[in-house]
Amino acid sequence: MRGLIGEDILTEEGEFIINMGPQHPSTHGVLHLKIWLDGETVKRIQPNLGYIHRSIEKMSESLSYRNFIFATSRMDYLAAHVNNEACALTVEKGLQLEVPQRAKVIRTILSELTRLQSHQLWWGCTGLDLGGVTPFFYAFREREAIMEIFEETCGARLTQNYMVPGGIMYDVHPNFQKRVKDVMIQIKGKFEEYDNIMTGNVILENRLKGVGYLSKEDALSYGVTGPTARASGLSCDLRKSNPYSAYDQVQFDEILDTGGDCYARYMVRMREMRQSVSIIEQLIDNIPEGDFQAKTKNVIKLPKGEFYQRVETPRGELGVFIVSDGAASPYRIKYRSPGFSNLSALPIMAKGGKIGDLVAIMATIDLVIPDIDR
Amino acid sequence: MSTEELKNSITAILPSSTFDETGEFLNVVITSEELLPLMNTLRTKSEFDFDFLFCLTCIDWKDHLMMVYHLLSKTHQHTLVIKAKIADRNNAQIETVCNIWRTAEFHEREVFDLFGVKFINHPDLRRLFLSDDWVGHPLRKDYTDENMISL
Amino acid sequence: MRIFLSYSFSALATFIHSFLAGLISNGMFLLVTEMVITGVSLIVFLVLLCFFLGYMERRVAAFMEIRLGPNRVGPQGTLQIVADTVKLLFKEGLTPDSSDKFLFNLAPFIMVVASMLVVAPIAFAKDFQLYDINIGVLYVSAVSSISVIGILMAGWSSNNKYSLLGAMRSGAQIVSYELSVGLSLISIVILSGSLSLGDIVKSQENGWWIIKGHIPIIISFVIFVIASTAEINRAPFDLAEADQELTGGFHTEYAGMKFAMFLLSEYINLFVVSAIAATLFLGGWMPFHIGGLVSFNHIMDYIPSSLWFFGKTFLVIFIIMWFRWTFPRLRVDQLLTLEWKYLLPISMVNVIFVTVMAIMGWHL
Repeated sequence: MRGLIGEDILTEEGEFIINMGPQHPSTHGVLHLKIWLDGETVKRIQPNLGYIHRSIEKMSESLSYRNFIFATSRMDYLAAHVNNEACALTVEKGLQLEVPQRAKVIRTILSELTRLQSHQLWWGCTGLDLGGVTPFFYAFREREAIMEIFEETCGARLTQNYMVPGGIMYDVHPNFQKRVKDVMIQIKGKFEEYDNIMTGNVILENRLKGVGYLSKEDALSYGVTGPTARASGLSCDLRKSNPYSAYDQVQFDEILDTGGDCYARYMVRMREMRQSVSIIEQLIDNIPEGDFQAKTKNVIKLPKGEFYQRVETPRGELGVFIVSDGAASPYRIKYRSPGFSNLSALPIMAKGGKIGDLVAIMATIDLVIPDIDR
Repeated sequence: MSTEELKNSITAILPSSTFDETGEFLNVVITSEELLPLMNTLRTKSEFDFDFLFCLTCIDWKDHLMMVYHLLSKTHQHTLVIKAKIADRNNAQIETVCNIWRTAEFHEREVFDLFGVKFINHPDLRRLFLSDDWVGHPLRKDYTDENMISL
Repeated sequence: MRIFLSYSFSALATFIHSFLAGLISNGMFLLVTEMVITGVSLIVFLVLLCFFLGYMERRVAAFMEIRLGPNRVGPQGTLQIVADTVKLLFKEGLTPDSSDKFLFNLAPFIMVVASMLVVAPIAFAKDFQLYDINIGVLYVSAVSSISVIGILMAGWSSNNKYSLLGAMRSGAQIVSYELSVGLSLISIVILSGSLSLGDIVKSQENGWWIIKGHIPIIISFVIFVIASTAEINRAPFDLAEADQELTGGFHTEYAGMKFAMFLLSEYINLFVVSAIAATLFLGGWMPFHIGGLVSFNHIMDYIPSSLWFFGKTFLVIFIIMWFRWTFPRLRVDQLLTLEWKYLLPISMVNVIFVTVMAIMGWHL
């Protein structure tokens, strides 16, 4: 098959190589995928990363223990609160600091709000990637309400930087409880609408069912965590197994599904949204009084040693590994990001499917590329 | 298994290993040559059954490099940290574990890219984040670049 | 008032003809002048129609997505499309260096010409047809398939793998769905007994075919709407230009006026397909008549026929636009499965039912 400029556009095996990204509407960031195609069937995928590598780990080696948290809001920008909480918890582990109850409860409420808005954006973008443009606007309408709460509480909608070692930066404003309760009532009424628009749609089920199967053994071996792994039957919710902040004071279910395909991942996230609402409702009425920040020195110096903290972000397990040699800056920081391992399972999930399936799989894994590239 | 039992079992397999219990997890310090047999045992033997590698990284301690592997067992719910010391900085190499845990493939590429550690028998050892013609390994402590700004 | 409502366009045509005959004596020149006038006015009408359709699409889309749509430029945003057209006129129309220049430049023109040619036999109002060909339905079906050549040309000549993928998908899709469209059209031809569009409309004088032909014709109508949406590359069948997968498909490399021509041809196709559906199934310019009620029919006749025609056409256009903003997109193999395993067998069996119905006289 000769191309227009006279060279063979097929490889020796008769495959057609196409580049998806880095500028592409559905790669959720700058991801470059090199795809080997046989007609419409995907034979092989090779991800190329690094288009948004900002060397956060190297940079943090010259920042103080209060400052390095600010860079992590830019890592997974849809879950800034959870990233900040992970870093703050690691520093507190090093200092062996006890965080006051009020701060713990408020941290948990904000983390669950973050999870809720991240899943809502995921839902809208999944609809958008599959061609149904309307759910996008419905998702953002509710998400705006949560963003306004963030703006009122922390001053920023996206890069909040509200969690500091010791607790939270300022106390919540007096209107916080009422605002959150109103928004929860508003969102709870909308879940049925979401199901009506997308979940029951025949075309959506055909696009997602049986597509991108990931077995439980593969999920464990590739280090896949979060809703992606829970949809394959792998129990990995860190909020249940290693509870932190106020997660041991609330009742909620770990959502598991055995399907392993895109539809299972979709349903797991839809149910997780409902669980988040239930957690917030349990906590919002009983925020304990007290300090919002434990006393720390002005210049924080961690003792010599290594500290590791794992938290559950909306995408999976984030691990913060700090190696300290007693100085005022970390000696080495490693962020074990969830997207990094989830992406490494993409080639086996997409092999043998069509390009349309690849888009559906990338949508349901919920990739955020700055999280992968750091 | 509790920490004591883990210590005893690992000493039985590899008598030359040293332990460090100051942190949250049990740390096992070994040399880079002893890595692969120990990892195989930890994965396959049923009393260990470490099936989840959740962090693979490297630390540059100026005179040597230290590879750190965080392992977890889903069945027994115990955690272990293996630290493999690479003494030779200029010719750093170590065996790959990506045949045991497939997640190591990307993690080892990242370590190769940023620290310069070669992984023997890795299926596709190329730079991950930086462009293919980049010279140097940025996360090493002795890395310099004319564009770097010190704060 | 009465003269206005029952205005017959044949009087206008006769007037213009006699006026021009007075000016130009040579018969050949007269014919050519009339053709030029008709052609230019048709093109102007279609372009203005596309302006309106573009505006309608953006407003309908906006209201379905709980937002407002264009409402700043001009009163209620009506001049937004004009602003967009001016912008497209000023854009630099890049031609890729390694593309096949002749085919690259020819493709949009073929698409537009094929779309405009199909407008000829459509009856906009009583006595207002450009040319009532006696094989109207066959003409429509044949000429509308020329657009697939334009798409394949555009995809191939862009020298871009994405465009090629999009064009190949589209070629397969259009060729497959033409079968279902053709079979739906045939079911009406069986009942009315003629291929000419004028005769088909006249045969609906005592009621529209969708009511007279009850169940088999309703099935035919549904299949026609679905298959036509696929024919004109509109969502949920728009994988040829799926911008979430192929960043533009066959028109990735086109910019400026050539891209505007692709949009123009898509909207004209939308109008034509709805007009055909309205003509064949919903009665064209024929008002809503019920069999024997003479006085009721007389009252219905007071509403001008052009209003009936455009009302029905825009109803079908609205339904097709509604599809776009509600459903996600089908994957290419699911699309072809839908046609070959579901729509085609159903339409074939339906044609048999319609034939039986016509022979036994079970239609109204």
